[in-house]
Amino acid sequence: MRYLPLNEDDRAAMLARIGVSSIDDLFADIPAKARLDGLLENLPEHATEMAVERHFTALSGRSLNAGEAPFFCGGGAYRHHVPASVDHLIQRSEFLTAYTPYQPEIAQGTLQTLFEFQTQVAQLTGMDVANASLYDGSTATAEAVRMAGRITRRGKCVLAPGLHPQYAQTVQTALQGQTMRVQALDPAMGADAKMVEALDEDTACIVVQNPNVFGELVDLEPLSKAAHEAGALLIAVVTEVVSLGLIKSPGEMGADIVAAEGQSIGNGLSFGGPYVGLFACRNDRKFIRQAPGRFAGQTVDADGKPGYVLTLSTREQHIRREKATSNICTNSGLCTLAFTIHLALLGELGFRKLAKLNHARACALADRLNALDGVEVLNTSFFNEFTVRVSGDATEIVEAMAKKSVLGGIPAARLFGAGKFDDLLLISVTETTLDTDFDALETALQEVL
Amino acid sequence: MAMNSTGRPTAPANQNDAGQDVKTFSGSRGLLQQEPLLHEVGGLEKCGVDFPPIPDCKSRLDGLERDNKIGLPGLSEPEVLRHYVRLSQRNYAIDLGLYPLGSCTMKHNPRLNEKVVRLPGFADIHPLQPQSTVQGALALMGEVSHWLMAITGMDAVALSPKAGAHGEWCGMMCIREALKDRGEVDTRRRVLVPESAHGTNPATAAACGFEIDELPADVTGRVDMDVLRTKIGPDVAAIMLTNPNTCGLFERDICEIADLVHEAGGYFYCDGANLNAIMGKTRVRDLGVDAMHINLHKTFSTPHGGGGPGAGPVVLSKRLSAYAPLPYLKADGDSWTLVEDAAQSEAKPFGRMSAFHGQMGMFVRALAYMMSHGADGLRQVSEDAVLNANYLLACLSDEMSPAFDGACMHEALFDDAFLKDTGVTTLDFSKAMIDEGYHPMTMYFPLVVHGAMLIEPTETESKESLDRFADTLLALAKAAKSGDRERFVTAPVLAPLRRLDETRAARSPVLRWAAD
Repeated sequence: MRYLPLNEDDRAAMLARIGVSSIDDLFADIPAKARLDGLLENLPEHATEMAVERHFTALSGRSLNAGEAPFFCGGGAYRHHVPASVDHLIQRSEFLTAYTPYQPEIAQGTLQTLFEFQTQVAQLTGMDVANASLYDGSTATAEAVRMAGRITRRGKCVLAPGLHPQYAQTVQTALQGQTMRVQALDPAMGADAKMVEALDEDTACIVVQNPNVFGELVDLEPLSKAAHEAGALLIAVVTEVVSLGLIKSPGEMGADIVAAEGQSIGNGLSFGGPYVGLFACRNDRKFIRQAPGRFAGQTVDADGKPGYVLTLSTREQHIRREKATSNICTNSGLCTLAFTIHLALLGELGFRKLAKLNHARACALADRLNALDGVEVLNTSFFNEFTVRVSGDATEIVEAMAKKSVLGGIPAARLFGAGKFDDLLLISVTETTLDTDFDALETALQEVL
Repeated sequence: MAMNSTGRPTAPANQNDAGQDVKTFSGSRGLLQQEPLLHEVGGLEKCGVDFPPIPDCKSRLDGLERDNKIGLPGLSEPEVLRHYVRLSQRNYAIDLGLYPLGSCTMKHNPRLNEKVVRLPGFADIHPLQPQSTVQGALALMGEVSHWLMAITGMDAVALSPKAGAHGEWCGMMCIREALKDRGEVDTRRRVLVPESAHGTNPATAAACGFEIDELPADVTGRVDMDVLRTKIGPDVAAIMLTNPNTCGLFERDICEIADLVHEAGGYFYCDGANLNAIMGKTRVRDLGVDAMHINLHKTFSTPHGGGGPGAGPVVLSKRLSAYAPLPYLKADGDSWTLVEDAAQSEAKPFGRMSAFHGQMGMFVRALAYMMSHGADGLRQVSEDAVLNANYLLACLSDEMSPAFDGACMHEALFDDAFLKDTGVTTLDFSKAMIDEGYHPMTMYFPLVVHGAMLIEPTETESKESLDRFADTLLALAKAAKSGDRERFVTAPVLAPLRRLDETRAARSPVLRWAAD
């Protein structure tokens, strides 16, 4: 077996040094009735590298990938171009095969990039501080809600009508067994401003996504004002961080906590994971003490040289156990690295250009689609994703387009369940969507409508 | 000084301790380059990405344009490469040397796995594409499920948890949902957790709304059965037990523990962090387990990546299968369906743990790892992991103090008794290992042993590598006992940085760069 260095002579010598006669002597504590004598059933024996690769190549070929089809899917996961140098750098042994940086003297590479990551996330979101990542945007949202409950000691969380339904379900699941309850407002377009009506003296937080799941932009400022007047916090959710290159940051609009999906920068679609949860908040002692996950912090070594360590860990499970702010341990290390490197390549200039390009491409497609019979763009505002009404069942239309090898967006029913928005289709456009893709979508839609 | 015919020295001059204290003008030291923060070297006008011309358009931003400066530093591509390559050289890594972190299973990461995960049929597909267009990906998830169920003998698997702690939460929520179904969620409040457990266990049980009741260890480092019998009762929801436990020991009474919990109407959650010790030697089904998460980033070698991402699929017994979260896979002949909507579900899922369907990138790597090993290789993995740990235990016992008598499983636990009266602590000892070129072992965990040192070599170390490591640790132990305290308390002196001031970091937190 190519990954195992010991040979039979080694094993014999080592057993002799240990003072046992067979390997099974070392497994003697396994109760007799539970011992396995033969090999595990229903599994093949070891395989060569070539055989394994062949198997995966065949499996890979059984899906229609985004690179081989005109592609318009978003809904919380976006296809952007990731520069080749990002993937090269994250595969360096020293990053790829390192553990969590618990020994800072020999982990400054990881720790310094985490500090850079935290700074970038704080800047993007317009917040004071950010942590070193959570699993993804949806779990970051759930963590933010629980944190708001601890800070305000209130019992209700209000979810916006425009919150991604799978994010809403994640929050609802996370609060099972907790004292906090969820008031999820009925999903609808153009309805996020109505959240203020749900505020009461028991409201810990309102959770608003911007742009929302329909692609609409939401002015968070009146919402944060109303929330603060009622003693509640505003949690802003961002599923497409590229939007922050063009639209006002949640921090500028008064958000207290930001939970975001960072996949768009540095990380591919990968069928939904692994992604990277961004988590940022105000620089308030109470907030930071209640925050989930890891923080990298700056300090000095014994010679006074600047360096970085994991810090404020008295909030975390390995110290605090059942009183920890979260049970999270492993986070999204390598995905944060990809995020940080991609954003370093972009910089202010490139990031703003990227956002502008996305918006311009989306505007162009929206205008083209609106001119088609049987298609109506419903958004008055959007960044790079919008909702259209089609004359027919959007799920069937998307399936029919897929048969023509066009991945023409996400039927709203896929997210909301059948029956409510059956004729709505979410369409996303990025810098990777070309005019030829627009042509293909237009043709496919005309053929299937 | 030896010289060649052109006057070039061919052997170094007598250097003694020179070098250690040399202050260079640049701040760099030979191959180790000084590297400031990105925010100190980057510029707002620098960019390493080219764009096509951007067409003009009528903005649809509804007056919400961002007009302030974000402040993001940029660099050209060559500068970015240099910045991050320099930083990478300040990290220890498995590919550099033995990484004996107990409970972390730092084993070799096969590069085949990195290659296949980048195939476009896995890397470049969207989670919400029509399911008819992602049958290859769903089939792969089906294969991963098959392997995990075959290895553990369990009846179902929930793939979506994103890491070990997320998997724990999944398993405990299945238990909570089952109790709800039985009408006992309000009466069964207590979860028994051994003192030696990983901190995520009590944190998880608390996140599900349970009360934690700690179980002490007996003198052999295992669950104290007498105490367990007194604590079992009709208000117990579950026991959360790591097996092999965090002392590196197999819980001999595990079948009896399972029976006791089941007879009392509770469930048995097993923390699968240490699955690497028992594959092909026993199946957790036969140990009476109801739910167990599997850290794909440990046992199945999807890389740790400096702290993630991980994946924590949960295998479930028949009693809990119906409660697995959304989404879940359903086979229908040759085709696969992902059930994403509670309304379509015939089961009783407790909810949804995150958006989308789990860590696909980790599934691909783990499957490549499992297929490469096969049933025979996986058993060999566990046997070699246990052999390597016991070999180190035997070698190191000459100078260091094992915490418990007898053989261990895949990790060897020592206490700090061998350092008594030396003035050297476990921390000092660990830092001295850094100067010797090794990553320290897990220290001060588990909490049940004083000054704990938990060493897990894994199966991917050669005998020669173990011998060198053991020789180094024995020499260090002897040095400590012989009064060479200075070597330890000042360590490390040869790492990129010396010991860092963690108190200062926590007292006055600096969590981001800010312009002066």
